[in-house]
Amino acid sequence: MPIRLRVDGLGASRGEDPIFREFCLVLDAGGALLVTGRNGTGKSTFLRTLAGLYPADSGTILLEGATDPTAPVRESLHYLGHRNAMKRDLTVAENLVFWARFSGQAGDPAKDADDALEVVGLGGLGHLPFGYLSAGQQRRAALARLLVAHRPVWLMDEPTAALDTASERMVEALIAGHRATGGIVIAATHQALDVPGAQMLTMSGFAVTA
Amino acid sequence: MMALYLRDLKLATRAGGGALTGILFFMAVVAVVPFGLGPDLKLLAQVGPAMLWIGALLASLLGLDRLFQAEREDGALDMMLMQETPLVLTVFVKCLAHWTASGLPLVLVSPLLGLFLNMEPTAIFATMLTLLAGTPAITLIGAMGAAVAVALPRGGLLVSILVLPLVIPVLIFGVSAAYAAVEDPAPFLPPFMILTAITLFFAVIGPAAAAVALRASSE
Amino acid sequence: MRERSLAIRSFTDLANPTRFVALAGRLLPWLASLTALLFAVGLTLCFSTAADYQQGETVRIMYIHVPAAWLSMMGYTVMAASALGTLVWRHPLADVAAKCAAPIGAGFTALALVTGSLWGKPMWGTWWVWDARLTSVFILFLMYLGLIALNRAMDDAGRAAKVSAVLILVGFVNIPIIKFSVDWWNTLHQPASVLRLGGSAIDPEFLRPLLVMALAFTCLFFTLHLAAMRTEIWRRRIAAMRRQAARGAASA
Repeated sequence: MPIRLRVDGLGASRGEDPIFREFCLVLDAGGALLVTGRNGTGKSTFLRTLAGLYPADSGTILLEGATDPTAPVRESLHYLGHRNAMKRDLTVAENLVFWARFSGQAGDPAKDADDALEVVGLGGLGHLPFGYLSAGQQRRAALARLLVAHRPVWLMDEPTAALDTASERMVEALIAGHRATGGIVIAATHQALDVPGAQMLTMSGFAVTA
Repeated sequence: MMALYLRDLKLATRAGGGALTGILFFMAVVAVVPFGLGPDLKLLAQVGPAMLWIGALLASLLGLDRLFQAEREDGALDMMLMQETPLVLTVFVKCLAHWTASGLPLVLVSPLLGLFLNMEPTAIFATMLTLLAGTPAITLIGAMGAAVAVALPRGGLLVSILVLPLVIPVLIFGVSAAYAAVEDPAPFLPPFMILTAITLFFAVIGPAAAAVALRASSE
Repeated sequence: MRERSLAIRSFTDLANPTRFVALAGRLLPWLASLTALLFAVGLTLCFSTAADYQQGETVRIMYIHVPAAWLSMMGYTVMAASALGTLVWRHPLADVAAKCAAPIGAGFTALALVTGSLWGKPMWGTWWVWDARLTSVFILFLMYLGLIALNRAMDDAGRAAKVSAVLILVGFVNIPIIKFSVDWWNTLHQPASVLRLGGSAIDPEFLRPLLVMALAFTCLFFTLHLAAMRTEIWRRRIAAMRRQAARGAASA
């Protein structure tokens, strides 16, 4: 059964100030949403609210067609935040294998990690400590984390931060690949990402226009 | 879960990990005692179990504030909050790894320090046993403090202040069990059983409370 | 003038890690065999000489204990000299030397403490007393461990070397305290008997194996130190190559 992400009447606020209110969204399998807006308009908070990391004032988030309908939606999400969630003292491969195992991914994590690194253009660098990589390489390694464990919905906060133009194309390819297999992508960005057929959401302080 | 346990052990023992620092601090604290009390061997033997316990207590509080803060700083805590694995279990495994890397070594060096304090073999053995049963409780209680202080920029000292009053029962029963083994009239088992019970109690309460605090502080 | 330039060249030659690794590779087998030979002779002498009329067989602990204690102090002296090299001359090998001497020195100190403890039990009736000599050696041991921990806690080898060099030099005040503690304070530990003004107070029967063992321990120290320094240089090269690999992949 194909999945469908349904967000109804979602609202969140920072202290007393509302960031967004009564937000509704339906995304079918293969769908994508690009969130744009200036700094400080609440793009990150919006994604964190969807991920269940920031408390919502109101509204519901539902994932229809999930493997386990009773489980919280956050378990079907991949969240790529500003920070890369990698340990500097462990090697890139160790980091990825850990996240694969910790996310409950079956199969051979070591091989998956190698494959994922190949996809993001870090093939053969798995043996290096994560701290040795440059900022752009670290970001790409963090993107590889999305590939080692399967989650139907990807939430990406500035996925192209610190990346060069070639790597931006790589991110677009990753997003396209995930949508082609029936996944959903929600990405916040202030760089022009080429995501064909994506819904657009522009955040501008209090008012939200979808 | 095994993956998390092994990762945390690897991080603790790899360069920059705090496992060695805790032992050193323990040794330094115990080495300072004779300077304060004077090198009277009889007196040292008498205060030995208490000194070992206080040293171990302070040393195991040392690295606790980093337990969740390190995860939060690099964003890994967000991933842990989102997993299918219950957060309580994640916290428990992290505590277990932390204890293996920094609590267990303290237990293992305590007999050596017992010799420095001129303690009897029975006293040394009893203290080691009580430390083995009691130090996990310190880590588990400390996890609560670490979770509460996780969002604070300089929570390090605060964690110790928050946790110290809560670990006093552990100290009381640990020390009294150790003394009961040496001094004849007092029985060893009752305080030791209470100590074990405290550890088991906090093995349930500690991770649960820490998980609630972690969820509340994420934003 | 020519002599001067020659001296500088040989100095830089020694400073060159590649040269040093080559030299260490050539020296190590010889040094290791010399160490083994000295230990064979020394241990034979240890067990063939007579037992002490007062202490009995336990006197033989001395042949391990005394050289280990000497070496624990010499190890720190080597570290202090290297620290001076790091801070004053910025010699590239000095920080390697200081870092590698710490675990070896700590090992010898631990050996001195353990053997002393084993010797103290039958002689003094206790494993440990807090007299000046024992305490200062224990502090030396803690300082070694602290320096090891400091080195491990720092990512950047160059910065770690400078910081620990300062600490090493400050901690060096402990060495004379250890050496003269038995003379300054009235301690349970016996005063110096081998090296002192007015000749050695120890019978040649005991002195011979003791000196051979001391020589053997010294050779062991330098063998281990040289090997550790070579390993450390290799380790730093691997780290540098890994960083290069990361950079190379970025430009590709």
